[in-house]
This record gives sequence, C-alpha cells and structure tokens, in this order.
Amino acid sequence: MAGFRSTENYIASRDLEVAVNAAVTLQRPLLVKGEPGTGKTVLAHEVAKALGLPLIEWHIKSTTKAQQGLYEYDAVSRLRDGQLGDERVHDISNYIVRGKLWEAFAAERQHVLLIDEIDKADIEFPNDLLLELDRMQFFVYETKETVVARHRPVVIITSNNEKELPDAFLRRCFFHYIRFPDRETMEQIVQAHFPDIKQELAREALNVFFQIRGVGELKKKPATSELLDWLKLLMIEDLPPEVLRSSDPKVAIPPLHGALLKNEQDVHLFERLAFLSRQRQR
Amino acid sequence: MLAHFILALRNAGIPASITEYLALLRGMKEGVADYNVDDFYHLSRAALVKDERHLDRFDRVFGEVFKGLEAPEGEGFETLVRQLPEEWLRKMAEKLLTEEEKAAIQAAGGFDKLMEMLKQRLAEQKGRHQGGSKWIGTGGTSPFGAHGYNPEGVRIGQEESRHRRAVKVWDKREFRDLDDSVEIGTRNIKLALRRLRRFARQGAATELDLPDTIRSTANNAGSLDLKMVPERHNTVKVLLFLDIGGSMDDWVKLSEELFSAARAEFKHLEHFYFHNCPYERLWTNNRRRRESEVSTLEVLRKYGPDYKAVFVGDASMSPYEIVQPGGSVEHWNEEPGSAWMARLTGHFRRSAWLNPMPQAGWGRTHSIGLVRQLMEDRMFPLTLGGIEAMTRELSR
Repeated sequence: MAGFRSTENYIASRDLEVAVNAAVTLQRPLLVKGEPGTGKTVLAHEVAKALGLPLIEWHIKSTTKAQQGLYEYDAVSRLRDGQLGDERVHDISNYIVRGKLWEAFAAERQHVLLIDEIDKADIEFPNDLLLELDRMQFFVYETKETVVARHRPVVIITSNNEKELPDAFLRRCFFHYIRFPDRETMEQIVQAHFPDIKQELAREALNVFFQIRGVGELKKKPATSELLDWLKLLMIEDLPPEVLRSSDPKVAIPPLHGALLKNEQDVHLFERLAFLSRQRQR
Repeated sequence: MLAHFILALRNAGIPASITEYLALLRGMKEGVADYNVDDFYHLSRAALVKDERHLDRFDRVFGEVFKGLEAPEGEGFETLVRQLPEEWLRKMAEKLLTEEEKAAIQAAGGFDKLMEMLKQRLAEQKGRHQGGSKWIGTGGTSPFGAHGYNPEGVRIGQEESRHRRAVKVWDKREFRDLDDSVEIGTRNIKLALRRLRRFARQGAATELDLPDTIRSTANNAGSLDLKMVPERHNTVKVLLFLDIGGSMDDWVKLSEELFSAARAEFKHLEHFYFHNCPYERLWTNNRRRRESEVSTLEVLRKYGPDYKAVFVGDASMSPYEIVQPGGSVEHWNEEPGSAWMARLTGHFRRSAWLNPMPQAGWGRTHSIGLVRQLMEDRMFPLTLGGIEAMTRELSR
C-alpha cells in the first residue's frame, strides 16, 4: 500500500503519518485540528499528492448546508422553464445539481475529499453528514435514487475549534491534533520551503520567531505560515542576518514585523516592551 | 489487555466507545502501525481520542497501563505540578518550623498567605522555564528562607518522572495545556462561552423567507405565495459582576480575559464591578469609580429577570463582609452582603458564580462556603470545564 510519508515540501511527524495511514486503510474520515497556520489544509493536498489521487475541496462557510454537499434541487430554473413551456421541465433530474460529495462518490477513481473548516458551519452540519460519511451513500428524494460511492473517498476534515463537534460525529473519525512544531522540526520545514536560504539568516530568524512566540500576552501568536511569509520577505529584501541578531524582540520590533504580528494590539505590546527596555538601559 | 486499557481510559473520563475500540483493533489487524510501542501509541491516540483536551489524560493513562507507572496519587511528581497539594506543603513546613517561627509567620500574614506566595512562586517558575527541575526558596529574600523554611533537597515540580531514564513521548505530556481542567486562555473561554449563545427566533415575522417563498410558489404552480420568518435574535443577555481590588488583584488578569472573551459573544452584555461582595452600590468603570457608581436597586429595576447574572470573584474575604451589617472593608453598609446577594440571585432567574481559586482549596476558606450557600451551589471554577458546567447551568 502506498503510504503517506513526509515529503520534501511537507514535514509530517510520525504520529501524523500513522493517523493518516490508519484513516486511509480503515476508510474513515480523518479530523485534523490545530492552531491556525500549522498546515491543516495543506495536509489534504499533500495526502492527495502522496497517494496519487485527485483532490476535491469543499470549503465550508457559515451558511453552508450539508445538503449542498450532496445535491441541490434548482426549483427556480424549473419554475422558469415551466412558465416558458420548456420540454426539460418534465424530467426532474434535469434540475438536480450535484454537490462535492456526489462528485467524489460518482468519480471513476478514488478521490481525496477535503472538507475544510467544518466548524464554521451550523452546529447541525456534522450531524447531517453522519450517514453519508459512514456508509458513503445517500438518497435523492426528487428522483428516488440512491447514490453509492463507487470508490470510498479519503475524507480529510479540518476544524479550527470554533464549535464543538457532536460526539456521534467524532466517533466515526480518526483524530489528529497538529502540535506546534518544535525548533528542530521548524528548521526542517524552513529547509523544505527555502532550500537555498542562507543558514545564518534562517538561524537568526528562527531565534527571533521563537522569542516572539515566547512572549506570553500575544493575542495571535505567529504560526508556521506566518514564519514562511516573513522569511520570504526577508529573502526578497535581502536583509543581512546581523539586522536580526540585534533585534531581540524585547529591545526592538523585528524588521518587516507586519508578516508576523497580525494584530495592532500585539504591535503596541512590542512597542511598549521595547520602550521599557530602553528606559531600563538608560 | 486492550479492554483493560479502554476501561482505564473511560475511568479517566475519555469517552472512548466500542466503535472506536473496534476501529483500533481493525487498524492493528490491517497493520497500519509498525510493531513498536511508539506507533501503537500514535494509532491508539488517533483512534480513541477525539478532543485535544483529552490528549493529556490519554498520555497519563497510556503511561500507567503500559508501563506499570504508579498512579499520580502516590509519589508521582506530576501531581505536584498539576495541583500543588497544600497538605503536603503544610506538613513539610510544619516539620521544619519551630513554634516561634510559626508565630512569626502568623504575624506576617498567616499560613494561607505564605502558601499563597509559595504557590505563586511555583507558578512563576513554571512559567519561566520549560521542563527541568526547580528549586524553591534558595534566595535569602524569600519569606520561606526568612522563616527558616529550608526546602533544599525538596524537589517540586519535576517535569518528568524520575523513575525512568529515557523519556517517552507520552511522558512529555505536551498536551497538558489543552486539558480542560487547567487551561484558561482567552480563546478557550470564548469557546466555552459560545455554549451560552443560543439563537432563537422570536418576535414578529419580518424577514422574507426567500427559499420557502420560491418553494411554495413552485408548489402553487407559479402563483406567488410569500413566506415570512421572524428576524434572528441572539436572545442571551448577560450581566457580568466582576470582583476588583484587594484579594482579587491576582485574578484581575484572568477576569479580564474572561471579560474580553464575553464581550464579543453577546449582544446584550453589561458589566459591573464590586469589591469582595456586592452591596448597595456597584460601579461600571473602575478608574472613575465615584462618577460611575450605580445603585444596586437601580440595576435590579433596569434589567429584567431574563438576564443571566454571572459573578466573577474569589469569594475570599472575612466572613463578616458577607453576614454582618457594617462588615464591608470600604464603607458602612446598612445591610449585610448576604441580603444583597439574595436580592440579586432572587431577581435574576439564572445566576452563577465563577471562582478563579483552584477548586481543591475551596473548602479551606470559610467565606467561599458562605457564598456557595448563597449561590445554592452554583459556584464553578474558572477553568474550561467549570465554564462549560456554568453555561450548561445558565442555559438550562
């Protein structure tokens, strides 16, 4: 079986590999949680790449209904066609629009299905998908047909923890919590994304980054994706590593901090810290 | 063997079910994980734990079941970090102190005060370093040193159990912060408070329900049939009463976090401050207290019984402040605090008290017991679990 392993572009810890492979083998959905910016969505892309399967993405919004993933009955066009006397109106299946789940079920080969940010939707959303994800089939009332998956898709679900998910739903999933990477893993991740980065710059940047994360009162701690953005900026600006060395976050705000600090209160906090430490030095 | 493991997990409060157990067994049969204990740990964690708050508990149970570790009640040092058992510290100090020294401690603010400081010190030290062992009170400035309490050789809060040489993954217990009985951060509180939010449709039908209109128009063979729905309201109204000043200073930061989280959650949210116990006057702005004072009766008149009242305070004070007229530390109060508490809890149909003090220590402070009585036991610790219990209580 082609398993999922860390790739050049995506560093997966061993526990994540085990969780993904277990979910794939046992054909159960994998629920992934973790701090924003730790690569939950990217995981689905990487799994698809590793298994050599096409990916279907279903991004959930607060207004998304479970039904929309299955199919929608387009009553408006039918009404219009009916008033215009169109022939199509007699066959109701002309007005059934397929959703992402149906797409994945009906596909010729196995797909990876990403259900992104499931916690954004209404609290009933996961409950409405229980049977569909368990048996990988559903019933279309309008045409009285049952859609059964030809190949059970690999389902990856991400959540930002804004809502609690129902127990019955959780019971059907495998679960993985992406921990924030430690320094060593982070170095690998940086290497994977910027193979030609200057070693010294990467080291100094990581120092600053972990110092910033160490400041307790931050509203939004920078995560992996912020670090990568910041490094990219540093490389484009071609800043010498020495600039970073002097910028202990307690003394000065790091250069190009806009990529790391996303909250003006956090920026203020750093300004205040810098101000205080300057006073102390005097 | 494994059934035993599942039972241990369930005893620890992790809701692992038969379905998940079978999934784990199937996973092992299919050879998903390699034949080593690390992979088995990863696999069983993915299959059995569905909530990051349970990961820490899982690690502990796993360690106990598969390593024959002692349960934390024994001499497990993790318990010390987690709960700082005051009994033990007390005994420790008792053993080391002479009678005169104990008297000196009493003069300097009493034993509880001392314990409080020791506890704070522990918390600080844990915050500064991660892992490793810590030593308490080696400096000459600490009150413990001054009073002859010499804890050298007493190792408190060793992060890893010292019974083992190599540290295994589950012993690192990296998910400790996510356990719902310890962590109190803005984000987590927000999560728990969301429980309070209850959307309900009420009031007059004012919004056009477009999908329903289209559906019924289609059903009506094309002749227009308008459908209306009531506008969506967030019906949860909350009054927040925050204890400020005095014994509460340690907890002001915590309450502020709760407050900032709460502010974003409710449309109708009012907050009032009190000191130790609510009396006839409350205030809305602590900096300009005198100008922002409102009479408590006014608050009772203005806000209907459908508001949910949440008190945040450590409820640690002299019992006189609750039961005695004139017992307040700040002013002469005609009526005891208990009368005002009874008025507030009697007026608002749902009320609860959040206490930032660790629940284990509630029994030791007399006033906490009094307030609990007044609240009819609706006092909850300021932890994620406590807040969840509170919101359940409030929204019942």
